[in-house]
Amino acid sequence: MLTLLFDGIAYGMLLFVLAVGLAVTLGLMNFINLAHGAFAMAGGYITVMLMNRLGVPFLLCLPLAFVGTALLGALLEPTLYRRMYGKPHLDQVLFSIGLVFMAVAGVDYLVGSTQQNIQLPEWLKGRFDIAWIGMGKYRSFIIVVCGVLTVALQWVLAKTRFGSQLRASVDDPRVAGGLGLNVNRIFLLTFAMGSGLAGLGGALGAEVLGLDPGFPLKFMIYFLIVVSVGGTTTLTGPLLAALLLGIADVAGKYYVPKLGAFIVYTLMIVILLIRPQGLFARAGGGK
Amino acid sequence: MSAGNVVAALRAHARWRWWEFALLAALLVSWVALPGHALLLNEIAILALFAVSLDLILGYAGVVSLGHAAFFGIGSYAAALFAKLVMPDPLVGMAVAVAIAAALGAMCSVLILRGTDLTRLMVTLGVASILYELANKLDWLTGGADGLQGVVMGPLLGQFEFDLSGRTAYAYTLVVLIVCLLIARKLVHSPFGYSLQALRDNRLRAGSIGLSVNLRLVAVYTVAAAMAGAAGALLAQTSGFSSLDVFEFHRSAEVLLVLVIGGTGYLYGGIFGAIVFKLLHDLISAWTPQYWNFWLGLFLVVLVLVGREKLLRPRTWFGAKKP
Repeated sequence: MLTLLFDGIAYGMLLFVLAVGLAVTLGLMNFINLAHGAFAMAGGYITVMLMNRLGVPFLLCLPLAFVGTALLGALLEPTLYRRMYGKPHLDQVLFSIGLVFMAVAGVDYLVGSTQQNIQLPEWLKGRFDIAWIGMGKYRSFIIVVCGVLTVALQWVLAKTRFGSQLRASVDDPRVAGGLGLNVNRIFLLTFAMGSGLAGLGGALGAEVLGLDPGFPLKFMIYFLIVVSVGGTTTLTGPLLAALLLGIADVAGKYYVPKLGAFIVYTLMIVILLIRPQGLFARAGGGK
Repeated sequence: MSAGNVVAALRAHARWRWWEFALLAALLVSWVALPGHALLLNEIAILALFAVSLDLILGYAGVVSLGHAAFFGIGSYAAALFAKLVMPDPLVGMAVAVAIAAALGAMCSVLILRGTDLTRLMVTLGVASILYELANKLDWLTGGADGLQGVVMGPLLGQFEFDLSGRTAYAYTLVVLIVCLLIARKLVHSPFGYSLQALRDNRLRAGSIGLSVNLRLVAVYTVAAAMAGAAGALLAQTSGFSSLDVFEFHRSAEVLLVLVIGGTGYLYGGIFGAIVFKLLHDLISAWTPQYWNFWLGLFLVVLVLVGREKLLRPRTWFGAKKP
């Protein structure tokens, strides 16, 4: 029982790190980016390639996956994404679906369509029992890494100069620009950070979630659930939503395997029916 | 503008154009002129009907849906199951499938009334995913991942068998497509249709001049769901098979693309889009079967970057102003 809760929390933390970048693009730029999963997949594949072909150790792969996907995001933001910010939502949806299709077929072509495996280092395998709760070592590792990231993110947003510049640009890009902030550069950095986090999440999650070219499509709906249920105005909203989703999914699959993902989707629809702006949205917030 | 002028202007808008007659005639002629391609034409016509149904909610009511395949799929499964378990007559099966899809549409329409575009995207996507899971898990009824096999269709009207060449099937699909087109045309040129466009352009303002926004959305969503269900039923009846992929995200995305290629908001976009899309599909698949998705994606990205209105108006390609 508690083991399930533990697994659910690990899964939820992972989903949060994967989806937090999406919360940023959606919340900040009001941009519906269905291609977010493609960045996560990129991170996963960078890790797999580095480990299996070049023999880079796992711990070194994680920052490399972050940097690699962040660079990819930084490359795509000014060339493609920036033109999409002002467009209608239908255009954004079509555009990002197009990117997903390209990413899926591209990875299929370059790497092949088989499931990729990651060889975890010895010290992360197995599990330890504390007070009858079995905890997988790797899952504890995920929780620790994601927890540290969450605290760091919160700190960056709330306390640093960059964080306040970002919040200013979100609230009103024109006024922020008028005050001398380079809004484009801030959005570029933020987008790159978000992509990098997705890549890191993909690298961490390759073992838990599985990694194959269908990844962006398979998990797209999960990321979107986290963001739409959690709301995009705070970081805590998506975090709680991700934890809820993680626990509901793990518990649902364990207790009623027949129903599968059914529970999660139903839960989402019911929540959105009652609170269309998300569970934790600020009153009057949202666009 | 006096009231008389307004009525005249609206009437002029609803008048039949020569190219509409030409299009309907071309559809009928294709049955006679291209007997060898009936199977492909049948697929195109089904896709066209599906896209036309999406146009009603996207092009006229402005609801962005990522889960329109839900209604297509339910129609498909309803028709296949009805033929297998109750009776094999295709027309009765069609009526049942349309009724079930319409009922589902009416139920789901409540979900799209509130929230932002994102909420609607998620809810439509969620409904399609739930149905996919249901069809997958209820394998004693639907055959699960193997698809629903062993569907035997009775002859159409008691005398025309569905044959291998697909000519009966195409004639049947064509008739359903044209009937649905006529209904949709009547609908969008009625006061109801104009009120839909009003609430697409500005929902708040439409509400404040006294239109009951929610009722209209429910109505149009139900009609669109029924038509999508008819398209799904056609697929199941003419192929004698129904499988999980009718619910897949891919199908919802594809129909969105078809509609966007053809252009939204003038009813015939779905037909042109379906023709272009299927021909492109055949062409590219023959050339590189496995990576067709890549080119589809590239096409989408370029289409949006260039601007999807421009594709339809060749006049604007060389810097002319938009009409």
